[in-house]
Amino acid sequence: MATAFPSPPSLCVSLSCSERSSRDRHKSHSRDSSSRSDKNVTISATSAQPQQPDQGSAPTDAQDDNWGETTTAVTGTSDHSLSQEDLAGFGKETEGPVEKLNCIRFLPLALTLLLGLLVLVTPLSFLVLPQVLWPERLQACGTACEGLFLSLAFKLLILLLAGWALFVRPMRASLPRIAVFRALLGLLTLLLLLSYWLFFGVRILDSQEENYQGIVQFAVSLVDALLFIHYLAVVLLEIRHLQPCFSLCVVRSTDGETHHYNLGQLSIQRAALVILEHYYKDFSVHNPALLTAAKSRAAKHLAGLKVYNVDGAGSDAATAQSRAKIAAAARQRDTSHNELYYEEAEHDRRVRKRKARLVVAVEEAFTHVRRLQEEEKKKPPGDEMDPREAAQAIFPSMARALQKYLRTTRQQHCHSMDSIQAHLAFCITNNMTPKAFLESYLMAGPTLQYGRECWQTRQWTLVSEASVTSPLHHGSEFQLKSSDFSLVVTSKAIPHLKLSEEYVHPKSHKFVLQLQSETSV
Amino acid sequence: MSFIPGQPVTAVVQRIEIQKLRDGDNLILGFSIGGGIDQDASQNPFSEDKSDKGIYVTRVSKGGPAEVAGLRIGDKIMQVNGWDMTMVTHDQARKRLTKKKEDVVRLLITRKSLEEVVRQSMMQH
Repeated sequence: MATAFPSPPSLCVSLSCSERSSRDRHKSHSRDSSSRSDKNVTISATSAQPQQPDQGSAPTDAQDDNWGETTTAVTGTSDHSLSQEDLAGFGKETEGPVEKLNCIRFLPLALTLLLGLLVLVTPLSFLVLPQVLWPERLQACGTACEGLFLSLAFKLLILLLAGWALFVRPMRASLPRIAVFRALLGLLTLLLLLSYWLFFGVRILDSQEENYQGIVQFAVSLVDALLFIHYLAVVLLEIRHLQPCFSLCVVRSTDGETHHYNLGQLSIQRAALVILEHYYKDFSVHNPALLTAAKSRAAKHLAGLKVYNVDGAGSDAATAQSRAKIAAAARQRDTSHNELYYEEAEHDRRVRKRKARLVVAVEEAFTHVRRLQEEEKKKPPGDEMDPREAAQAIFPSMARALQKYLRTTRQQHCHSMDSIQAHLAFCITNNMTPKAFLESYLMAGPTLQYGRECWQTRQWTLVSEASVTSPLHHGSEFQLKSSDFSLVVTSKAIPHLKLSEEYVHPKSHKFVLQLQSETSV
Repeated sequence: MSFIPGQPVTAVVQRIEIQKLRDGDNLILGFSIGGGIDQDASQNPFSEDKSDKGIYVTRVSKGGPAEVAGLRIGDKIMQVNGWDMTMVTHDQARKRLTKKKEDVVRLLITRKSLEEVVRQSMMQH
């Protein structure tokens, strides 16, 4: 095929925004990844060429310049229509998305800190305001108050530490819709604080209450209630989804690689987040260069056929044409499997030959490097090198064999020379064998293994028919679309397991021998 | 030849007297036995009832004293020199047959064909 795929570093770089975003209490409707339920079907202008938008730069069509000419969008039924801001933002997305993103990312953190500040200030102000406003009328309270002060101080400290532990954490991701539980908890806290302020204002400030011990107890009860809300937060946010209820099957659309994960009761967007975190460590890296062969074969089938309509134009010309093409292609398919078989056999042979040469070259290179022993260090230094220099010294002897092997297995874009030398230095430092050094080149590892630029700046689109804040249920399906491929996720409920018991007495294990002996007398 | 526990066993028996042959230091009889109450009766090829745990003759060596005396393969040994052989272990049976002090063993054996002979002769009357 004439069209060649560009090397993936350009794929990675062209994606605009980073995935790292805040965990939130109050989430605003993010414009970048919306959960529209429409399906976009891309039909290119000529059937012979492979689909161009696969190499495209962005998940949303607005950033690809040619999308107006080459895309036909077929929208299915959707119960979430685009809001006005989404439509208005379509044309404007190319300008300055980076600054907007930064602002939105820190909004939930700011709200969290604000709420935390309010939580800290409220009980203290309950204590301080009466002392400031009507100090002469307050009844002095003795040891009971001091006990209450102590408990208030410690509970406030514990509350602040626990809140810091649970809420002030590095943001994992930015989700399309608000996180329901966090929003509810924030609202609950706000409601509690407001009602306490209301009571304080009406009962204590207005009537200038004199019983200071009562006021202190009032403040302590507020802190108790806040601690219980924090307990509720821990249970809802951290503990509830630990028990596995669903088994999710994740299939990559380009090569069918499948993995299964067990998750608890999560909303669809949170489940998508967990799956993506697992994706980077479980799935082998996506290599578009390996998919060209299948596409070229498919294109070759249909490219050689031209359909002539002899009977005159009919209304169903298109379907008749495609049916004729399929029938002709079916008859023509007899020899292509032969080609495939011999081509694959030849490829395997070539790969094995290059691998053998590579293994020998690497083993020989590693024999030249030896760790300097302790006693040798005291002698006048001959040719001491640190690991990086040692790696650079032995790299040229294996460079050619490695390069040829990577070209044959079409991995050359995943490994730059710097990364190979760095890996070699790493292996030398840690006394690894040549086999350990080669393992990362012989097997395609998970995406995590390759440079950070390959996986950190990815943006994913969640495509789902159900609302993304709805919980998972048996049979729910959704898709996670990236720019070159998508992950299709289906969920099944883990069945209720019934475990019954059978007691075996330890002395009940008795055996008999079955002999048949014959004795001659 | 099956038995009902508690009931006396009746069988048509033949008396066979075997003279032991001296072979160096051993006295041999010239046949092999199988079976016993400690053995697996279901693997006995000669018994009619596969729960019969009696002692059966599994092999008779050619020209030996047992063959000369008229012992045949598949015979069930009921008594040896007056000792019962229907409810013994395999090793006890072997010991009763190979007592060094005895030169002669008198066996009571039974086989299927004996019953038929008796029945036929009774029918003729």
